[in-house]
Amino acid sequence: MSSPDVPTRGPARPGPYIIAGVLLAVAIVVPLFVPGYSFDNPRLGGMPFFYWYQMMWIPVTACLVGISYWLVSKEDRRRREAVQARRIGGQE
Amino acid sequence: MNGVTVPLAVPDRPVNGVALTIVILLFILVAALGFLAARWRRGEETGLHSLDEWGLGGRGFGTWVTWFLLGGDLYTAYTFVAVPAAMWATGAVSGFFAVPYTIVLYPIVFLLMSRLWSVSHRHGFVTPADFVGGRYGSRTLSLAVAVTGIVATMPYIALQLVGIKAVLTVLGLGSAENVLLTDLPLIIAFVVLAAYTYTSGLRAPALIAVVKDLLIYLAVIVAVIYLPIKFGGWDNIFGAAQTKLGTVNPATGRPAGVFIPGAASYSAYWTLALGSALALFMYPHSITGVLATKSRNTIRKNAAVLPLYSLMLGFLALLGYVAIYAGTKPIDLNGAVNPQLVVPQLFLDHFPAWFAGIALAAIAIGALVPAAIMSIAAANLFTRNIYRDFIKPEATPKEEASVSKIASLVVKFGALIFVIAMDQSAAINMQLLGGIWILQTFPAIVAGLYTRWFHRWALFAGWAAGILYGTIAAYNVVNPVTKANFGGSIAAIPGTDVQVYIAVVAFAINLIVAAVLTAVFRAMKLPEGMDITRRSDYGADENDPKVAEIQREYPLAEPGPTV
Repeated sequence: MSSPDVPTRGPARPGPYIIAGVLLAVAIVVPLFVPGYSFDNPRLGGMPFFYWYQMMWIPVTACLVGISYWLVSKEDRRRREAVQARRIGGQE
Repeated sequence: MNGVTVPLAVPDRPVNGVALTIVILLFILVAALGFLAARWRRGEETGLHSLDEWGLGGRGFGTWVTWFLLGGDLYTAYTFVAVPAAMWATGAVSGFFAVPYTIVLYPIVFLLMSRLWSVSHRHGFVTPADFVGGRYGSRTLSLAVAVTGIVATMPYIALQLVGIKAVLTVLGLGSAENVLLTDLPLIIAFVVLAAYTYTSGLRAPALIAVVKDLLIYLAVIVAVIYLPIKFGGWDNIFGAAQTKLGTVNPATGRPAGVFIPGAASYSAYWTLALGSALALFMYPHSITGVLATKSRNTIRKNAAVLPLYSLMLGFLALLGYVAIYAGTKPIDLNGAVNPQLVVPQLFLDHFPAWFAGIALAAIAIGALVPAAIMSIAAANLFTRNIYRDFIKPEATPKEEASVSKIASLVVKFGALIFVIAMDQSAAINMQLLGGIWILQTFPAIVAGLYTRWFHRWALFAGWAAGILYGTIAAYNVVNPVTKANFGGSIAAIPGTDVQVYIAVVAFAINLIVAAVLTAVFRAMKLPEGMDITRRSDYGADENDPKVAEIQREYPLAEPGPTV
């Protein structure tokens, strides 16, 4: 390395990342589990379960990703502020 | 799909004057916007004379512009035309998998793309191959990623043209007798597209995408409310689809399609969805959209709001079933059935002429936006990873921008000739291969975002093994009706009879080869290559200092290695 690796973020707290990871894993695995929804009934307004269930997962995923965004970006902000505080506090 | 149908009476396609006028007017509006885009948020000092400005729109797009740009980029005319066409022809497994595909896409984007953004922002990477080159210090690996990207993108652009052509055909332009006249409107549309992409770069599709999406949302919302009411509700529509797809096709002795997947198609359905989702953000045009954003979080925020497009995609797919009930007849100029014409034909048959014009223009413009972004992305790959790395290492930013502009023209005209000179089904086969190929760049790009464990030569060998297996396996799929090779994207896992998406098996082979050889090469202590990135790069945001600036703060350190 030609110059020191100046950290842009302080150390991470694992909690928010674990929760976000679980939410995202749910959003990936459940829509891919075909045996869980490959049925005709119950129909909704004439639409077989297979079709409306998958469409329903679109807004659900959007919410799961949205919550993950909120968790991760909050932690990200805290880590950045931690680094800045140290930089101002120190002699650098 | 082609060639088997007994020629029906060649349809007498009158030109629909009202619809055509509206399409032309909207096209002129969009072209004007494309040229005006050159002045929009223009870089103060450089104008458009660098790849950052021309090829990435100044790297300054916020949440809203990015939402439109990525939406316009990912949901292409091919999605709007081919997914409903597949639903109309063979049902859920080949069409509706697009819904779970675009659902699982966004959690994956959320996980991966902010890291790629951060490291690219700090080092000025413009393409995924730039990142691979910088991370592994291997021009060969970076070249492999770049060439795969360019080759996989070309048929994708060609398919956008197929979408525009479908709209023009339905409108009554062209005839089976005069080839030049048939393709003239397409050529005119494309020359205009090439001209404004050349002058405005990525700003043009970003601005046009706004118009395109408003038109598409309007057309789809009206279609999914108006058409089911007109046909007496979804009950009738799904009933007609179930009957048609369950009817046994005498040519194959099997049902025409799948209404609800049975146990035998589970693995095909979910591997198609997962494989396509993993592949999509490896396409250079998706990454161009990501790198054009202003901050690290723009792309994460978009992962939460982009699924709105998937909802639209789902309803559009169901229009394929609506067309079954409506008895839409997608007859091409040569008298054969062409499923790609289903949605445009449905719109024209059942909407008033003026609204059909708006809906058809939405599809055609929906093809122009991704075609522009794809040609820019392919041109950037050529400029950065072939021209600069292998031909002229000392190229200035200004030279890079002009090379990229010219390369974008070459790419577009290559695709145009492809569509005019070759059979359209060739474009679809190439597109299928493109998806399999592009997924093979995933280990090199994505693993590198998290770990430096893989060895560069092992990644290269994995890439080669994946491409080789994918190409052979796709070649061996024979269409049961036409007996042509490259007949589909599903094949059995070797040694079993589990049917899956070929790209996923090729990807697994790629990963295994890369992992095993990494262990071997490390034991042999083969040189690792210079990694110019550092830990802090992967979490950097817009306000963090760039690496070049950090080096200026420490003048005593030796200068960093050039890429």
